[in-house]
Amino acid sequence: MSTPVAELVRWDAARLSQALRAGVVSSEEVTRAHLDRIAAVDGPTGDPDGSGVHAFLHVDAEGALARARQVDADRASGAELGPLAGIPIGVKDVLTTRGMPTTCGSRMLEGWVPPYDATVVRELHAAGLVVLGKTNMDEFAMGSTTEHSAFGVTRNPWDPTRIPGGSGGGSAAALAAFEAPLTIGSDTGGSIRQPAAVTGTVGVKPTYGAVSRYGLVALASSLDQAGPCARTVLDTALLHAVIAGHDPYDSTSIPAAVPDVVGAARRGADGDLSGVRVGVVRELSGEGYEPGVLARFAEALDELRAAGAEVVELSLPNIVHALAAYYLILPSEASSNLAKFDGMRYGLRVVPDGEHVTAEQVMRATRAAGFGDEAKRRIVLGTYALSAGYYDAYYGSAQKVRTLVQRDFTDAFGKVDVLVSPTAPTVAYRLGEKLDDPLAMYAGDVATIPANLAGIPGMSLPAGLSDGLPVGLQVLAPQQADDRLYRVGAALEARLVAKWGGPLLARVPEWKGVPA
Amino acid sequence: MSAQGVGLVDYDEAVSRFDPVLGLEVHVELNTKTKMFSGAPTEFGAEPNTQVDPTSLGLPGAMPVLNAKALESAIRIGLALNCSIAERCRFARKNYFYPDMPKNFQTSQYDEPIAFDGHLDVDVPASEDGSKPAFTYRVQIERAHMEEDTGKSLHVGGSTGRIHGAEYSLVDYNRAGIPLIEIVTRPLEGTGDRAPDVARAYVAALRDLLRALEVSDVKMEQGSLRCDVNLSLRPSPDAPLGTRSETKNVNSLRSVERAVRYEVSRHAAVLDAGRKVVQETRHWHEDTGLTTAGREKSDAEDYRYFPEPDLVPIEPDPAWVEQLRATLPEPPAQRRKRLQAEWGFSDPEFRDTVNAGAVELVEATVAAGAPPAAARKWWTGELSRRANAEGVELSALAVTPAAVADLQALVDAGTLTDRLAREALDGMLAGEGGAAEVVAARGLAVVSDESALVAAVDAAIAANPGVVEKIRGGKVQAAGALIGAVMKEMGGKADAARVRELVVERVGA
Amino acid sequence: MSAISRAEVEHLARLARIDMTDEELDRMAGQLDAVLDAVAQVASVVTDDVPATSHPVPLTNVTRPDVVRPGLSAEEALAGAPEAEDGRFRVPQILGEEA
Repeated sequence: MSTPVAELVRWDAARLSQALRAGVVSSEEVTRAHLDRIAAVDGPTGDPDGSGVHAFLHVDAEGALARARQVDADRASGAELGPLAGIPIGVKDVLTTRGMPTTCGSRMLEGWVPPYDATVVRELHAAGLVVLGKTNMDEFAMGSTTEHSAFGVTRNPWDPTRIPGGSGGGSAAALAAFEAPLTIGSDTGGSIRQPAAVTGTVGVKPTYGAVSRYGLVALASSLDQAGPCARTVLDTALLHAVIAGHDPYDSTSIPAAVPDVVGAARRGADGDLSGVRVGVVRELSGEGYEPGVLARFAEALDELRAAGAEVVELSLPNIVHALAAYYLILPSEASSNLAKFDGMRYGLRVVPDGEHVTAEQVMRATRAAGFGDEAKRRIVLGTYALSAGYYDAYYGSAQKVRTLVQRDFTDAFGKVDVLVSPTAPTVAYRLGEKLDDPLAMYAGDVATIPANLAGIPGMSLPAGLSDGLPVGLQVLAPQQADDRLYRVGAALEARLVAKWGGPLLARVPEWKGVPA
Repeated sequence: MSAQGVGLVDYDEAVSRFDPVLGLEVHVELNTKTKMFSGAPTEFGAEPNTQVDPTSLGLPGAMPVLNAKALESAIRIGLALNCSIAERCRFARKNYFYPDMPKNFQTSQYDEPIAFDGHLDVDVPASEDGSKPAFTYRVQIERAHMEEDTGKSLHVGGSTGRIHGAEYSLVDYNRAGIPLIEIVTRPLEGTGDRAPDVARAYVAALRDLLRALEVSDVKMEQGSLRCDVNLSLRPSPDAPLGTRSETKNVNSLRSVERAVRYEVSRHAAVLDAGRKVVQETRHWHEDTGLTTAGREKSDAEDYRYFPEPDLVPIEPDPAWVEQLRATLPEPPAQRRKRLQAEWGFSDPEFRDTVNAGAVELVEATVAAGAPPAAARKWWTGELSRRANAEGVELSALAVTPAAVADLQALVDAGTLTDRLAREALDGMLAGEGGAAEVVAARGLAVVSDESALVAAVDAAIAANPGVVEKIRGGKVQAAGALIGAVMKEMGGKADAARVRELVVERVGA
Repeated sequence: MSAISRAEVEHLARLARIDMTDEELDRMAGQLDAVLDAVAQVASVVTDDVPATSHPVPLTNVTRPDVVRPGLSAEEALAGAPEAEDGRFRVPQILGEEA
């Protein structure tokens, strides 16, 4: 073999796929390279506050290597394999994995080993992907920084003192640190897109219902959506094609064919967007957005115009209320979804001191010990918003705002093919900076949550750097038109990469850990 | 014994001074093969925690998908109760914590039930002593909605095995997620002193209806039909409704009647003492015939209902609903009236048939060719006795209605006497074959050889000169002794009427 | 005026079955008050004629046939249980209503 093993981890999935099919490398070699990389940069297990990236909560080296050897054997026997067969992947710890711990970043589920695979995980296995392990996240996907993981923070590979975004900081950091070429995330209000933005990677929240939620531990059922994360738009599309599709185990799964996202990504790569109408959302730029973020966004718009797209500004007046509606709907649904964690059937059980301890006392003690502050805050807020007497003013009104936001999007997509905005108002901020100010943290989700409320697909892709830190651009499309994200995203990516003289991630500094 | 410590008022006195108002909530477990929201099986009595899957166990990540058969059954129940079927409805989450509820919320329907605004006409029978007449009462149905059952807890420790004093509990989630239909009445007003009878008759009528629909086992003793009784008293029918109690766990028809009587007496005593009835859940105790206080409703949990986001709205196709309506079975009450008329049974005869649980069996026996009266006699008489003796349901006896009809045909043809027919039945129940087979194998047929009969009659006359003398002297009833002697000689296999004719003829009286 | 009192937070924590210390209740009350203040606007922007959206994608009538699917064995079901006995989940004494 002529390729240095260490180099393999920098290849994207499309290139690995070609090499595997050509027999240039084996899945075992690719898998081992990534396991070695994880061992080198992720930090020692059991040292969560150490100086590693800490993208992974659990690594299954043996299982991954066994799986890789199996794929190699299948390939050798001439079996027909999918394009991503043999390629390693990290899975956000919010998806159930049979026989592999699933914690959702919570003490509540420490040590829990699910007896079943999420549908997404089954799809990964069926497509021959090699699951390396489970990636870190804010507890039960509540947070924008991964600081709310019960098992320690994940660090941003661009700057270890900064957040990797959240809740899927582990899945994004693993890509940026070259620990995995592909990861799975989940996005309830931006948990795929915002981490992608602050780590210089690509992440897509598909149309609600496009990817099965069966086995995705629910945060807010009407907002949650699992999706693909990768370092390139094409890789993201290849993974999207594997995990999307109808699932009879999920009532909200869309019973329709998946749009040709891979074809769209390949077509977009020629950099031509003639005839494509791009709308700039007036309400999602300007005040509250960092100048560096706005500068990169403006440059990206220039590239879109240069690609032949017609760029127009338009207004979605109701999305200024989206954040408020979201922070009522999410806690309400979460308060109910997280009620099952009570110490009775699985996971943590805390028995308070005293005689004749009752089930109710154990539930209260268990939930007090098992949930972190952010989870408790949202559970109490949701309990309040659903209470008789407050339901109409809070939850009921929020669901109506949701209707207004959907209508705004419908109107907008009557005029343009896609909408664009910065993904997040800021680049990655410092760890701890907003830990005690939940409202400030929530404000960072302003651009991503409208898509969740409306059920539409959204992508974040790198738009450049500001003060050495990545800036993300968000593309939004109508429901079930996920392919448009990939065409526009791939075209923009192609032009930007050409402008930069190489992928943005080529500039990520070599991991040295936290400066002393 | 009363939670409010004021004793009881005699029932008759209570209803002479107060107007009772009933409300009934019935939970029906559907007989689907799988659970309401997942493909886990629903076999009754299986080993604990073997009828579960991630969804019915409430595991993280698991999701519900509605059972199509349960939806169909819910709509059929709604239609049979003369309800409107919702054009669009949703499920809701009812949030409260309880260890036997895996998700700590129950997936139910709240303000959008699948069926609403119906009624059921209930025939309330006359009282046993006939002092109170039979009448028909229209029960207004407020709603019928879909929901899921909870698991079951076994309380360990303490002396009674009950929840109070238990040290810990063992939970089995086999029942969790079994489809339930909850049928809720509007307040039943104007029942007066017949409130217990109306309550019982309603639950019985509902049970018959559900059985006819074949949607549930409706076994109250196994909990597949469970009744909550709401009751309040007011000074007069014009007065506003009083505070109600909700008595749970009332799981037999007789208990429904008794629980209503008990609560009427208890409420009257509370009111007489100048106290207020507490709005609370009460528990019925079958053994003592008492209710005891449970959770106070005034401190009710806030259930925080909201639309279940994991299930999508239901919009039943009107054409499908009409198809279901067109294929509903005949309502049991109407069917009974028709059958009674067709069979020509008196009211007591028909009531006996109903009480014996023999209507369907008689119907099938008649369909197989037997006269209705004979079919009734078999099923409410001899066969009921045998079922009782064996401790089985009538329908579980090893004899089919067709076989009973065949047996009766042999009686009607004069091949068997009643006594021989009963003997033939022994053989049939013992699995020796059909009526004709058993008669042949056991040699049970009536002797139709005239010369053998004549010989036996002559022998009896010769052996009993004294009896013959009496007959000739005008004491015709003395012939019985000769007939008996002949029947004995013939081993019972003779037609007694023909023997009597021969005796009279040969004695020459 | 604050939208939510400490006593209310205490009640909500009880409803949600989470023990909280006095210090936690105080902190939570302050934070929730700020959040509620920020989200209360939703009530003022909607009118009665706007329908509520409970499901983002308009699907209806999703059902499955009444066919048994492979589930979990008792061993699998109980594998994660904090305590089990006789094939059942063992839980502390249950107070309140009888099941």
